[in-house]
Amino acid sequence: MSHVARGTGRGGFITGFLILPLALYLTFVIWPYIQTFGYSFTNWSGQSPTFQFVGLDNYAALMKDEVFRGALWHNLLLLVFVPVITILLALFFAFMVNAGGRSGAGGVRGVRGSGLYKIVYFFPQVLSLAILAVLFGAVYRSDAGGLLNGFLTKLGVVDPAHPVEWLNEPNLVLWCLLMVVVWHGVGFYLVLFSAAMQSVPRDIYEAALLDGAGRAQTFFKVTLPLLWDSVQTAAVYLGIAAMDMFVLVSTMTSGQFGGGPDHHSEVMATVLMRNFLYFGKSGYACAMGVVMLVLTMILSIVTLRATRRERIEF
Amino acid sequence: MGSTGEGFGRRDLIKRSAALGLISVPTMSFLSACASGGDTTTKGPAKGAVSKENPFGVAKGGKMDVVVFKGGFGDDYAKAWEAAFDKKWGTTSTHLGTQEITGKLQPRFNGGNPPDVIDDSGAQQIKVDVLAKGGQLADLTQVLDAPSLDDPAKKVRDMLIPGTVEQGTQGGKFVALYYVYTVFGFWYSGKLFKEKGWSEPKTWDEFLAVCAKAKEAGIGGLAHQGKYPYYINVVIMDLIAKKGGLDAMKAIDNLEPNAFEGNPAALAAVEAVYEVVEKGLLMPGTNGLTHTESQTAWNQYKAAFIPSGSWLENEQLKQTPEDFDMKFLPVPVLADSKLPFEAIRAGAGEPFIVPEKAANKAGGLEFLRSMLSREWSTVFAQQANSLTVVKDGVDPGVKLRPGTQSAVAAVKAAGTNTFNYLYPDWYSEMDTEIQNASNELMAQRIQPKEWIKRAQAAVDKAAKDPNAKNNRRS
Repeated sequence: MSHVARGTGRGGFITGFLILPLALYLTFVIWPYIQTFGYSFTNWSGQSPTFQFVGLDNYAALMKDEVFRGALWHNLLLLVFVPVITILLALFFAFMVNAGGRSGAGGVRGVRGSGLYKIVYFFPQVLSLAILAVLFGAVYRSDAGGLLNGFLTKLGVVDPAHPVEWLNEPNLVLWCLLMVVVWHGVGFYLVLFSAAMQSVPRDIYEAALLDGAGRAQTFFKVTLPLLWDSVQTAAVYLGIAAMDMFVLVSTMTSGQFGGGPDHHSEVMATVLMRNFLYFGKSGYACAMGVVMLVLTMILSIVTLRATRRERIEF
Repeated sequence: MGSTGEGFGRRDLIKRSAALGLISVPTMSFLSACASGGDTTTKGPAKGAVSKENPFGVAKGGKMDVVVFKGGFGDDYAKAWEAAFDKKWGTTSTHLGTQEITGKLQPRFNGGNPPDVIDDSGAQQIKVDVLAKGGQLADLTQVLDAPSLDDPAKKVRDMLIPGTVEQGTQGGKFVALYYVYTVFGFWYSGKLFKEKGWSEPKTWDEFLAVCAKAKEAGIGGLAHQGKYPYYINVVIMDLIAKKGGLDAMKAIDNLEPNAFEGNPAALAAVEAVYEVVEKGLLMPGTNGLTHTESQTAWNQYKAAFIPSGSWLENEQLKQTPEDFDMKFLPVPVLADSKLPFEAIRAGAGEPFIVPEKAANKAGGLEFLRSMLSREWSTVFAQQANSLTVVKDGVDPGVKLRPGTQSAVAAVKAAGTNTFNYLYPDWYSEMDTEIQNASNELMAQRIQPKEWIKRAQAAVDKAAKDPNAKNNRRS
């Protein structure tokens, strides 16, 4: 009896704390999902309260929408490249900053000046995406006034009469945007990985050192396995960034809500917004939202399953 | 860290919440902004005696509440108007200049206490048709039929540029006064042209010749706002309208199956623009520049021409050198064009409205009547460097900035030879697709024939929309 009483008492206590956040979550997250789901079966224009039920028409149209399919493909490309490149770079830098140095008697430390590097690498993270867009707008600017073009022109690589129109080149635009995300993200994950590395006991490194392990061996045999948890977390976070991309694409590239030139930098979020707000096809845009929800749900499950590994205790 | 057992570790928590974030972030929540029903508290409207000078019965010493969109035209003109209005009627005006029209005014419309005059413009405007359907807008026909302040023998209606009433009519009622008259074409620096000894081109061949001379002189021929293909589209579409006449323009607005495909005027126009690209007469890099970047480069004499509407001078006020001498140029004509060189694309923008439930509705109506006087129209031209829909509405004795001055002259020269496309308002998706094609054309990734194909495909797609039947012009 006492056991039950204690059970419900504790349950009530916990419920008391959870009820408010849960209510907020239901109102502002779950309820809009359900609404979006409902609207996705209508021809709602977004401007008027009247609309008709059109069944699965929106989804049928979506299957044939080449722009949306292209956007999906771009999101998938980003989903692969953003985490991989960012994590590799961040790991490399974190390793060099923390354990890459080889001076001193038997000590394990970073390369010279590592304290400074840590701060400098973190700089990009404090900039907001809006500032980033302006900053890289100046870097990628398509005439001689652009940083890259100006530099390359001075080097004589680029003809001043034909500067590279970075964000207006179908084959370059997506990679240019990818670079921005990576540049922005590396610093943060460097710090994240540094913290994780510092919690790895020194003696493991020293043992590896005594056994004659080189930098590469130390990294792959010691550091990486011990950091796997952090890497996993980083991959999920970067996955979020890659699935979104709305702010950068919509501000940096041409077209209503970005996506240009000619849909070569389109991501799902930009197609959705254009249809929702500009073309007055809100019902159709809601169908896109539902598809995005399903895709991201599958992806997050896959990510968490695929990166599961034996955990090493220390 | 803990074991691999049941424990719900910190990292797991982070990972799981991150995974949840992965789901929730891109899937944006769409809460429909429901407008709540209006409450109908009507304050006793202040009414004065109706007379010939006071057709709406404005009460002396009342209050005026004016909200204007503070965009490219600023809001100095509105402050000047309010001062003039207060002086004449002894009113006290409250002024708000803002970009957030919807945010500031939706609650006031719903609460039944809207302002007396609104410039309902900008990206966050409340759609005029939505307000009209909700019965929120005063019928402005009474303003049209009131005597003009310039000549009491005439009605206000007779002082307007043709098309103003049609544009502001919703469901048979004139509810919105589209006030700013915009002309579209090329712009150049009078100073640069004088210095180099170039003359204003009237035909497309002459235009290309000037561009070629500019290239020899080491500057770009044509600059355009490449990131926004809207602008170069204006040039293409104006060339089509001028070459093929008004019928060619209407064919596009009416989504005819031969609007572009098989229309020689369209092909000629696109080829003409493409010639600029092929001959290397574009300002280097202009295809990727924003409107600010390209217009500023043009202000720095890096290109001879740039296309834009007549808001350009005010937009570039800070970047334009003192002696730049900005000049407007109608889009030059191709050989055998049906419309003359002087013909220009012209249309009205910036809808001014008076809410039906305005506390001082009479004041609002009187305000609009005053806006349609030559005096106030001149104030606008001076303060905002743009034209209004008042016919011949700028006092010739008043000194305007050079760009506005040349636009006034161009409007006069054009006379009745003005035209305006309606498809951008009717079919935003088609407009976007044609703009995309233009962007590809300017980057030499497609040829004129491919442009025609894509533009026609956009037209055919729009024609399938069942709503397309409601939009027709003759």
